[in-house]
Amino acid sequence: MIPWERTGDTVTTKMDRREAAVLRGLITQIDAILRARVEAAPAVEGPVLTGIRTGPSTAPDDPILARLLPSFHKLDDEERATKAEQDSAAALRSLHEPELLDLKTGVAGVVLDTLPQAGGKVRLSLEQADAWLSAVNDVRLALGTTLDVSEDMPEELPDDDPRAPHLSVYHWLTWLQESLVTAMAPAD
Amino acid sequence: MSVRMSLPASQEQTQVEPIGAEHADEDKPWQTVVWNDPVNLMSYVTYVFQKLFGYSREQATKLMLDVHHKGKAIVSSGAKEKMEGDVAKLHGAGLWATMEHTS
Repeated sequence: MIPWERTGDTVTTKMDRREAAVLRGLITQIDAILRARVEAAPAVEGPVLTGIRTGPSTAPDDPILARLLPSFHKLDDEERATKAEQDSAAALRSLHEPELLDLKTGVAGVVLDTLPQAGGKVRLSLEQADAWLSAVNDVRLALGTTLDVSEDMPEELPDDDPRAPHLSVYHWLTWLQESLVTAMAPAD
Repeated sequence: MSVRMSLPASQEQTQVEPIGAEHADEDKPWQTVVWNDPVNLMSYVTYVFQKLFGYSREQATKLMLDVHHKGKAIVSSGAKEKMEGDVAKLHGAGLWATMEHTS
């Protein structure tokens, strides 16, 4: 892969077949995890009448989904979170989660639509590039959660660490995202 | 000016300060907080702050550095519905954001 380059309102790069396959595979996995959450949403009678969709009111148990779909209030300190905050977080999740899931599956779809299966040139509008930034970030959040990434994560882990092969993919995605942000960032 | 200077200091304080304090609280009762996490890139967080809030590069960088070094930054404040929207947009971008009442 070569660094992203912006010319006017177009952003381009090239990826080889293997890189395209790895990225498509990861995006597809995140998309599937998000869609499983959509399908697990409780069927309630309200939306039919009001036209307002409501999602689940409780945070996902799965740590990857929990990171992709955070609570609206800081609840990790259970001692400090009041009943009112917990109730409010439940209501806000129920109200906003369907839209967030739409957004995240939407940006995943943009990557799958614009990244050729066989690799080659990738050509994006600025809007599509923003979708890529979000989608690649979601994959990094998911991998970072699985690999238990910390601020001072080494470039490489010892060979006997089961996370070692995945960490190189994580670092590659970091490079891809950094390059895309650099190409997109307003120069001032 | 001359009239106010003739008032006792304590009286001046009780008349002026609470009004200002109440006014600020009514205007911006909620705030949006972004928390540090080990995955989000410094460059990306700065980019998101610029894009979502229209902050200058300098402002956005300062907030990003607060998140990085202090563990969190208040990125916006205002009415509850407005903060809900801000948190939702930050979640869309993959940042770890929450909202809290200021009092």
